[in-house]
Amino acid sequence: MSLNVFLQHCLTGISLGGAYALIAIGYTMVYGILRLINFAHGEIFMIAGYFMIFATANFGWAVGIPVTLIATVVLGVVVERLAYKPLREAPRMSIMISAIGVSYLLQNLTTYLFTALPKPYPEIPILKQIYNIGGLSASLVTFITPILTIILVFILVYIINHTKIGMAMRAVSKDFETSRLMGIKINKVISTTFVIGSALAAVGSILYFTDRMSVTPFSGTLPGLKCFVAAVIGGIGSVPGAVVGGFIIGICETMMIALGYSTFSDAFTFVLLIIMLLFRPTGIFGEKTIDKV
Amino acid sequence: MKKTTRIILSIAAIAVLLAVLLFLQANERDYGMVITIIEKSAIYAVVAVSMNLLNGFTGLFSLGQAGFMAIGAYTFSILAIPASSRASVYYATGINPIIEHAELPIPLAMIAGGLMAALFAAVIGFPILRLKSDYLAIATLGFSEIVRAIIASPQMNTITNGSFGLKKIPEFPNLLTVILVAAICIAIMVLLINSSYGRAFKAIREDEIAAEAMGIGLLHHKQTAFIISSFFAGIGGAMLARFMRSIDSNTFKIALTYDILLIVVIGGMGSVTGSVLAAFLVTASKEQWLRFFDEPLVIGGVSVPFFKTGLRMVVFSVLLMVVVLFFRRGIMGQNEFTWEGLFGLFKKIPNLFKGKKKKEAI
Amino acid sequence: MSENLLHVENVTMQFGGVVAVNNFSMDINKGEIVALIGPNGAGKTTAFNVITGVYAPTNGSVSFDGEEIICNFPKGKMKKLYAGENNGVYTRTIEKTPDKITKLGMARTFQNIRLFKNLTVFENILIAKHLREKANVFTSTFRLNLAEEKKMKDECNELLDILGLTDVKNDIASSLPYGQQRHLEIARALATRPKLLLLDEPAAGMNPQETIELTQFIRQVKDKFDLTVFVIEHHMDLVMDISDRIYVLDFGKMIATGTPDEIQNNQAVIDAYLGVQEDE
Repeated sequence: MSLNVFLQHCLTGISLGGAYALIAIGYTMVYGILRLINFAHGEIFMIAGYFMIFATANFGWAVGIPVTLIATVVLGVVVERLAYKPLREAPRMSIMISAIGVSYLLQNLTTYLFTALPKPYPEIPILKQIYNIGGLSASLVTFITPILTIILVFILVYIINHTKIGMAMRAVSKDFETSRLMGIKINKVISTTFVIGSALAAVGSILYFTDRMSVTPFSGTLPGLKCFVAAVIGGIGSVPGAVVGGFIIGICETMMIALGYSTFSDAFTFVLLIIMLLFRPTGIFGEKTIDKV
Repeated sequence: MKKTTRIILSIAAIAVLLAVLLFLQANERDYGMVITIIEKSAIYAVVAVSMNLLNGFTGLFSLGQAGFMAIGAYTFSILAIPASSRASVYYATGINPIIEHAELPIPLAMIAGGLMAALFAAVIGFPILRLKSDYLAIATLGFSEIVRAIIASPQMNTITNGSFGLKKIPEFPNLLTVILVAAICIAIMVLLINSSYGRAFKAIREDEIAAEAMGIGLLHHKQTAFIISSFFAGIGGAMLARFMRSIDSNTFKIALTYDILLIVVIGGMGSVTGSVLAAFLVTASKEQWLRFFDEPLVIGGVSVPFFKTGLRMVVFSVLLMVVVLFFRRGIMGQNEFTWEGLFGLFKKIPNLFKGKKKKEAI
Repeated sequence: MSENLLHVENVTMQFGGVVAVNNFSMDINKGEIVALIGPNGAGKTTAFNVITGVYAPTNGSVSFDGEEIICNFPKGKMKKLYAGENNGVYTRTIEKTPDKITKLGMARTFQNIRLFKNLTVFENILIAKHLREKANVFTSTFRLNLAEEKKMKDECNELLDILGLTDVKNDIASSLPYGQQRHLEIARALATRPKLLLLDEPAAGMNPQETIELTQFIRQVKDKFDLTVFVIEHHMDLVMDISDRIYVLDFGKMIATGTPDEIQNNQAVIDAYLGVQEDE
């Protein structure tokens, strides 16, 4: 593999990793606050793809993007209100099952509405334009994805560390019960978390599907799981961790495909997960907690 | 109720059941669809009970069932496909000489399928069972995907036939055999659950720290539950292979695990009879009772617009969410079927119509 | 001097930078009732959890009935952080898990009751018999150990009878009144056939009348089952009444030890509980 080809693959990997990172943030934030693997997050990401298809067909892509963002956010919050909120006091297993149920429902609903056949994803002409930088050629979306990811993450980290709602989020993730007693409006914090997570998933969805060109009701499952893995590898609950994890998974996957092991590329993600869980279950940036007896 | 009454009732119920099954089997041609549904339900019941053993009785949230089913199904099929038809199954890439003549009698091949699944469970269980609940869920889910990827990979072509899948798997001779195999598997699991080890599993579910303080070795017992559950998932996979006659890696997607999990949840986490009941209810409603949602519906000459392919699954998933959200205990909760419970239910039914407040579960 | 049963030697437990238990040593002899007292947050329960194998200590060793069950020394990050004493004295690592320790004959109760809530009283006791079972998972599943199973059940019935829980035998554990749940927890611990019974604040949340009953109950149980008892408690009436010897912890350090009379008159203990008047 020549250096140039290698760098080309790296670029693709970083770009894919950027999209993964954005989705992984949604997982890590929800887990941080509710201790829930939001299995439906992958489906929300998939449905964002369908929103974009219909929004673009009706309003063109420039209006379509904000419409997609808003619709996805609404969907995310509605899912939380209907499927997770009633189970606040229930055992954790119940909420996880509810999440699996939602993901099942959303998949079946999209299959019913749009059939299982792949739908072509709208082309955003600017993003698809090919650029040449230092011998590397790629469409604009490939260059933009990592940059956009980093910018969004900086904004997010600022929100978490320097605003009132961010402080509330940190408090809730440290101790759910106590922060409720301290007068933090838990539901508001949780809704905000889902707003941020879904919005980032929508952005991730646009970047991801622009490269893949079609959406099916099942195209959310595997990326969803991979992004959760990314969040675990980075250290669940940590936003920078999710980003690093997203990039690691994206690059590894691209490299596996480049080396000709494309059948193993999905499995490799899970191998990475199991290795990580064995040697450092708290992830790269995670904190160790001790159970009280 | 007296013990003898209970025994008589049970024997009567089994006799009626047997008579119905024999009748169906004798009139195979007329009841093809019903037989298919019952067979599929029985297979799902085995896997659901095996999953319940982990999730409902031991409190380990594992999502690896499809992976262990795949291991069982493939091991069984490789050993059970008649040697004479192997050449035509592996027509594309040829067969690995090691397995070319390895043919076992069908019952032994099924047990081999279970043992192979149990072996894998033993190997991966040791590291991953230390993980906490949701990490365990995601790790077992990951394992299941890894198994699928390995089965489908070109490197395994001469053994698993890669993405072509395996065909010409010997089918079940008749309905009764399916039921018999399923009944034996479930009976063994029930015996286990009611044994001292089963009680120890329940203790782990209730409170790990207290269980350990009472001298129950967590890792050892979790490992035992995991291996036994996987063994029966493997047998279930072998049964599914026999039922379907041809399998490929896509048979064992994550969706299969979810289907089984939903059966367990609807039946009630921690209830064997619940899982069995739910396996039949869910399979029948998915395959038959809710079918009409997928057909165009015409009432008085006007066709109702929403009825088209896929609505059945939407309705099914909505029903499922209703169970998850409002009847969290499922049909049976942690209880098992008893005749007293059944008669109690009959007594309660008139009350329901009087508008009294409904209880959450039986 | 009677035979030693539990020997705790220089145990230090440090969480991050916080030293919860600092260089704690104690001995319990067979047949004694020993109490561990101290103000809130003194590290009593932590010491308890180290002895029963729930936490591995940062440094120190514990022996039970002549066998070393726990030994550890600062490792990894702790090497730098370690703020306790006797660093470098211990060089071995022995970490028996709580279930192994229970098998050796040490059973405990919990400060915040930890019963198997959704199971019946009888099942709660029966589960505690599992550790002495000889059958393996196969013989147990296929009921090849009927005699053993029957013996386990008979022993449970007998135990319930002695402890006066027969009436509630088939009730769900969480439905029992609070006081009875405490009794059930002790009964469950006894079912493991311990030599040493560890009680973590058994009288927590009890009114004076219940506390008096509990005091008698502990005595009765001790004599009946020929036990040694180690108890953490806040109720001074109970402690002064039943203990042969008392250890006092404050801020993780042992500040006094002796008979109830000696402890009652010990200035350090009075200061720890009441605070020291600072003259300026």
